[in-house]
Order: sequence, then structure tokens, then C-alpha cells
Amino acid sequence: MTDKTLSSPIRDHGHHGSTWRRLPLVLALTVVVVLLSAALFAPWIAPQDPNLVSLADRLKGPSAAHWLGTDHLGRDILSRLIYGTRMSLGSVILCIALILAIAIPLGGAAGFIGGRLDQGLMRLCDGMMTFPTVVLALFLIGALGTGLVNVIIAIAISHFPFYARMVRSVVMNLRSKDYVLAARVCGAGRTRLFIDHFLPSIAAQMVVLASLDVGHMMLHVSGLSFLGLGVETPTAEWGVMISDARQFVFSQPMLIVLPGLCLLFSVMAANILGDALRDRLDPNNQTGHHH
Amino acid sequence: MLTSDISTPRTLEIRGLSVCATRRGHHIDLVRNLSLTLNTGEILALVGASGSGKSMTCAGAQGVLPPGVISPHGHVLVDGVHLAPRALRGRLVSTVLQNPRSAFNPVRTMFDHACEVRRVAAASPAGDKTAVREAFLEVGLEDADTVMDLYPFEMSGGMLQRVMIALAILSGAPFIFADEPTTDLDLIVQARILDLLSGLVARRGLGMLLVTHDMGVVARLATRVAVMEAGQIVEEAPVADIFHAPRHPATRALVAAHLKLYEGAIA
Ligand SMILES: Nc1ncnc2c1ncn2[C@@H]1O[C@H](COP(=O)(O)OP(=O)(O)O)[C@@H](O)[C@H]1O
Ligand SMILES: [Mg+2]
Repeated sequence: MTDKTLSSPIRDHGHHGSTWRRLPLVLALTVVVVLLSAALFAPWIAPQDPNLVSLADRLKGPSAAHWLGTDHLGRDILSRLIYGTRMSLGSVILCIALILAIAIPLGGAAGFIGGRLDQGLMRLCDGMMTFPTVVLALFLIGALGTGLVNVIIAIAISHFPFYARMVRSVVMNLRSKDYVLAARVCGAGRTRLFIDHFLPSIAAQMVVLASLDVGHMMLHVSGLSFLGLGVETPTAEWGVMISDARQFVFSQPMLIVLPGLCLLFSVMAANILGDALRDRLDPNNQTGHHH
Repeated sequence: MLTSDISTPRTLEIRGLSVCATRRGHHIDLVRNLSLTLNTGEILALVGASGSGKSMTCAGAQGVLPPGVISPHGHVLVDGVHLAPRALRGRLVSTVLQNPRSAFNPVRTMFDHACEVRRVAAASPAGDKTAVREAFLEVGLEDADTVMDLYPFEMSGGMLQRVMIALAILSGAPFIFADEPTTDLDLIVQARILDLLSGLVARRGLGMLLVTHDMGVVARLATRVAVMEAGQIVEEAPVADIFHAPRHPATRALVAAHLKLYEGAIA
């Protein structure tokens, strides 16, 4: 553990802040690394099949065979938690990919073309931004139907306006730069212009926005799954696990606490990393580092 | 190199160019029915007070007007052939902008910028360093290989302007639009950049449209002069006539202002 924290990349810019102040960031990074490895290597790490039902072993406490005990169907909790990372991270990554796929073309078109198209698209975004994202997501699931895919689509649709607006503002800001004019009079085509001069700035802003939203989206996925709208019940997912454990809240509180803690730590880690990234990448941030 | 220009004289004509800004439905004319002809091997100075529409003329001819500004009329002909404005960019016309500091993408190196130009000029391979090095040496950037890896913030205004001129060379275009290329530079650097530009025109036989409001620059470099006022060309003449026999009041005012400044500097 010590080795990992010492060799983490945070060391490289160690000239500001004490070790003490960087501790949350180091912990957050560790959590993210653990989560990513758990998701990637779940079949090798997990001690058992997460869906293996063994009614004889139901609701057992921690033991050598089941380090964190078993649930009401005798399934190994540790294995279910490990497989749960796949659901949480996978769906968040899909959400963000979908959001970028919608927001970059729409925001880019609004910023580049301007005029009525810009007006229309931005009023649409403004309209969607007036609803809390959960409410909008619930409404969309009502329209689309339940299931993980629909939950991902609903979360993407309810979040993309923030991203599209950001893309638009970056494009509008860069469009009037002299160096963009210089590239145009050099004869650079639209695609090249976009890739060389717009995409890097857009990407930096997207990373900042997305990293601040990751925790939030994890909560959405688990929350909607808890409500029975997302991931279906036998699948190992933290929200589903909490939902399954509701009836044993007094007899076996660990069944709720463990996935709850996983969720808590992941969301916190994502938010801390998001903040740190914003400090480094967002040029508008006054408290950020300067090079 | 693509420069076949020294052998064959070429002409670029702008015919009947109009540029107007559209603001809440009504139009404001910025350039009115402007025509001019630029030949290779000459420097045509486009002079006029600030805001007379010089930059809009350059932008309009190349179809790169800012948002909200349109060009309802105008043709561009090269050697008598009608061309779309976008066909000029980087292929037939290279551009040197006024403020070298903002004309480079802050997160890209000089070499990246050179590649961008070479890609348009269809010079292959675009990433070949030899041609870039030659162009950098030609504009007096002695340490060409170091300069290639520099970012704009690591360079002085004069160096950046030299790179911009090197990019013009790399494009292989027979014409250059230089929009106040020295206005943002200090006096000594100004003189060097002007020498560089005139040397380039002489050596490579390029045709340069030199936008300026500095009659000192005009006296020093130009072969012909076109005077602009309120979006129109009000007088066009060889450089000697402009100074010795100015006809239009706008020309007289420019020359008088220049002489006053010049005498002030002598005294
Ligand atoms: N983006 C713009 N929108 C509307 N009008 C503009 C814009 N930029 C410049 N103008 C106006 O166009 C006129 C000509 O500008 P310009 O060609 O830049 O003058 P200059 O001769 O100094 O280069 C000026 O009166 C200026 O106010
Ligand atoms: Mg100007």
C-alpha cells in the first residue's frame, strides 16, 4: 500500500500543498485504481460465482469460505460487490460516451453555424436544464421503459445539455481567435480545423465536466436500479443488492451497509478526483495551479 | 517547391467586392464595389485610415469574414479565371496577419503550424523537416531546428512574424496578403521584417498586397498604392505620384500626416 501511494503520479507535482493536504487525493486515486482493477479482473479476483445460489448457506456471517458472508440466497457478498463494479463503472462509461456523442456534434453545430440553429438548440437545452436530472431521467424511463440500457439513455439525455452548452461556449470563444483565422486563411478544411484547434480545448472541458459527474451518475444508476428501474434483480449491482437486502435491514444490516459503503467511497473518490482535475485543467479556475 | 511563379507572371483580380455587416435586419456597408489588380513581382500597398475596410477587403476576397459579416457581391479571378474565395486560401494566397502573438495556436509548436500549411499545399510528406528548415533559414531564423519545437509563448513577436512569413513561403502561394505585418512590432524589428518581405517578393517574384496605414512603409516598399476611404478605393497610382501629386483629399491627408511626423522626427 505504501509503495503504491509513494509511486503515484501525484508525487511529481509535489511542490504545492503538504502531504497532509494531498492525502484525500491519494486515497481517491487508490480507490479508483482498486475499482478499475476489480472491474477489469472480476472473474480472476472474485472468490466465487456471484450468482451461485446456495440456500443452505443463506444469510451467513463472515467466514473463511465467504469473507463478507452471504445474502438471502446464499450468494457470496464479496464476489457480488466485485462484479458490481463492472455494472457501475461500465454504465457510467457508456453514459459519458453517449453524452459526448450527442453533445459534441450539437454544441459544435450550434457554435459554428450560429443563428437560428443555435437559438433552437440552446432553448432546447435550457428547457431540459430546468428539470432536476433525476426527474427528467424518471420521466424518460417512463417513456422508454425500464432496463439498464434505457437507464443509460435516460441519464445521457438528461445530462447532455450541460455538455452541449460547454462545447458551444468553447467553440464560440475559439471561433473569434486570430489563430483560427490564421488556420482558415492557410486553407485548413473544416475537419482539420476542428481536430487541430477546437477538439483539444473541448476535450479538456469535457474531462473536467465528466469527472465531476461520474459520482453523480453512479448514484443515478444504483438509485434507479434500487427502485427496480435499471439493472434487473439477479444481476450483481450495488443498488440491486441494497434493494434485495431491505427485508433484512435489522437482522443483517451488513447486507445494506457493504454495498452502501462501496457506493459512498466510489462517489467520494470520483468527486475528489474531479475537483483535482478541474483545478489543473480549467483555465477559469483562479485557485488552480499555475505553471 | 511549388513555386513556379518566377517564370510565369500571374495576376489576381478582385472585382466589384462588397462587404456588409448585418445588424438587426439592416445592412451597414463596410466595403463598397471595390476592384483591384495585383500582379506577381509587385507590392501593391492598400492604405487608409483605421476602419476604412482594408482588413475586410482581404477577408472578403478569401471568404473568411467574421460572423455577422457577409459579402453579397464580388468575384476573384486568377489569370482571368473565376475562382471561389476558398480556393485562394493557402494555395494561391498566403496571409501574414498583424498580431503574430495571437496568430499562433498557443498549444502547438512552430513545426505543427508548418505541417498544417504543408498539408494544404499538398507538399509531401507534410512532416518533412528539410523544407521547413530551409524556409526558416530563409527568413533568418538561424537556429531552425530549435525554433521548430518552440511554442508561441517561448518566442518574441519578431520571431513569430518571421515564422509567419516562413509559413507563407512554405505554402508556395504566388500571392501574399500582408495585413499590417509590422504594426505590432517595435521599430527595429519592423525594419527587419519589411526588408525580409521586400527581399522575398524580389527573390521569389511574389505579388504582395501590403495593407498599412504607415506611409513610411509605403514609401519604402510599394510599387503601386491604392488609397481607401470609407470602404472604397478613392485613388490608385504609382508610389511616386501618391507622394508628389496626390489627387484625393484622403491621400493628401495621409501624406501630410506622414510628412509632419517625419519632420517631427528629424527636428
Ligand atoms: N466583426 C465585425 N462586425 C461588424 N463590423 C465590423 C466587424 N469588424 C470590423 N467591423 C467594421 O468594419 C469596418 C472596417 O474594418 P477593417 O476592415 O478592420 O478596417 P481597417 O481598414 O482598419 O483594417 C470598421 O468600421 C469596423 O468597425
Ligand atoms: Mg485592419
